[in-house]
Amino acid sequence: MKLNTNSNIYTFVYMTVVVVIVAVLLAVVSSALKPLKDANVLLDKQKQILGALKFDLDSLDTDPATKYLSLVNDTLTFGDKEVYVANLDGEVKYILPLEGKGLWGGIGGYLALDEDKNTIWGVNFNHEGETPGLGAKIVEKEFRAQFEGKHIRNAENEVVSVAVLKKGKIADGKEQVDAVSGATITSEGVSTMLATELITNYAEFLIVEPIEEKEVEDVESED
Amino acid sequence: MLSQKTKDTLLGPLNANNPVVVQILGICSALAVTVQLKPALVMGIAVTIIVAMSNVIVSLIRNTIPMRVRIIVQLVVVAALVTLVSEVLKAFAYDVAMQLSVYLGLIITNCILMGRLEAFAMTNNAWDSLLDGLGNGLGYALILVIVAFVRELFGAGQLLGFQVLPQSWYAAGYENNGMMLMPAMALILVGCVIWAHRAYNDKEKK
Repeated sequence: MKLNTNSNIYTFVYMTVVVVIVAVLLAVVSSALKPLKDANVLLDKQKQILGALKFDLDSLDTDPATKYLSLVNDTLTFGDKEVYVANLDGEVKYILPLEGKGLWGGIGGYLALDEDKNTIWGVNFNHEGETPGLGAKIVEKEFRAQFEGKHIRNAENEVVSVAVLKKGKIADGKEQVDAVSGATITSEGVSTMLATELITNYAEFLIVEPIEEKEVEDVESED
Repeated sequence: MLSQKTKDTLLGPLNANNPVVVQILGICSALAVTVQLKPALVMGIAVTIIVAMSNVIVSLIRNTIPMRVRIIVQLVVVAALVTLVSEVLKAFAYDVAMQLSVYLGLIITNCILMGRLEAFAMTNNAWDSLLDGLGNGLGYALILVIVAFVRELFGAGQLLGFQVLPQSWYAAGYENNGMMLMPAMALILVGCVIWAHRAYNDKEKK
């Protein structure tokens, strides 16, 4: 007897079986690979934080995970935001995870601040799917290195973030870096991400007690 | 070694029946991933593997598929394969998975897949379908690589991320062509490839 593959019942049963097989297969594979994937995600995060701390991942003396654990020794929590505290040869660096939007999808990064919570030590960016050769260049050293040594506060000690602007434009009342040419929206995304995260989301962390800050300023002016 | 038919199935898509320049399929992703050579290469390989595998699977079950829902069955097969590949990449080659990011998921929407499943796998046996899938995947990869080669070379002066144009050229006033980085340029280049391809093949015929 030849099965009528066009009957409604056959179609219905066939689709059910196909979908169940696929669902079970994917669920099994996904959960079997989960430990490996999680380990990769964690390692990736550790590598990115090391990148923000200006380590060259190709020339580390130990593997990235060991290096990370030897440096980052504390986590501060502010609401749903976390700040990692690293100890770099006796100097305290704060690492702030960042999240924002680029052109095609999410962008993110890690910003390492000096102990004064003002000077940028290093920064690392990542993205889900910015255009290769254009927006994707935000992960490259040439772009990231511009941020080093920039200040996220203005002269009045208010947090103003750092602007990412096209060459030739001048930021008003804050420090700036050059945008990636040809990637206007991704660059603006980085700028907006920094501003939102630093000015709003990390406000609690970045509040500096006035007296303490005065001292820091005095020291600077004496220099 | 290979029969004429087998040869045509495998090698035809590389030239005479190329999925991009003759069948005009998969143009959309050709625009997106060809700014640099490396993602183009990886994308080409990923598509080749997925077209070949989905062709084989659909070919094996082709006689059981209810005609009215065949497109849905094909989509389920392709989606399952793409998800599997992306899971495996995330577990064993995390860097590559990150580099391909959204494009990996977008393989599902690549017209070459549906085109080959409908046009070939539904009516041919598994072995021929495998060859057809490999051939079409490679034909697609070939065009991607040609376009990406030109775009990365003239757009950034690099190939696979390495600087190939000497600094002295830049010192002498040479500048990278920003147009090459625009998606529109990929379309123009694909047009040029089609032009060259047709001109050459017409000559061959005469």
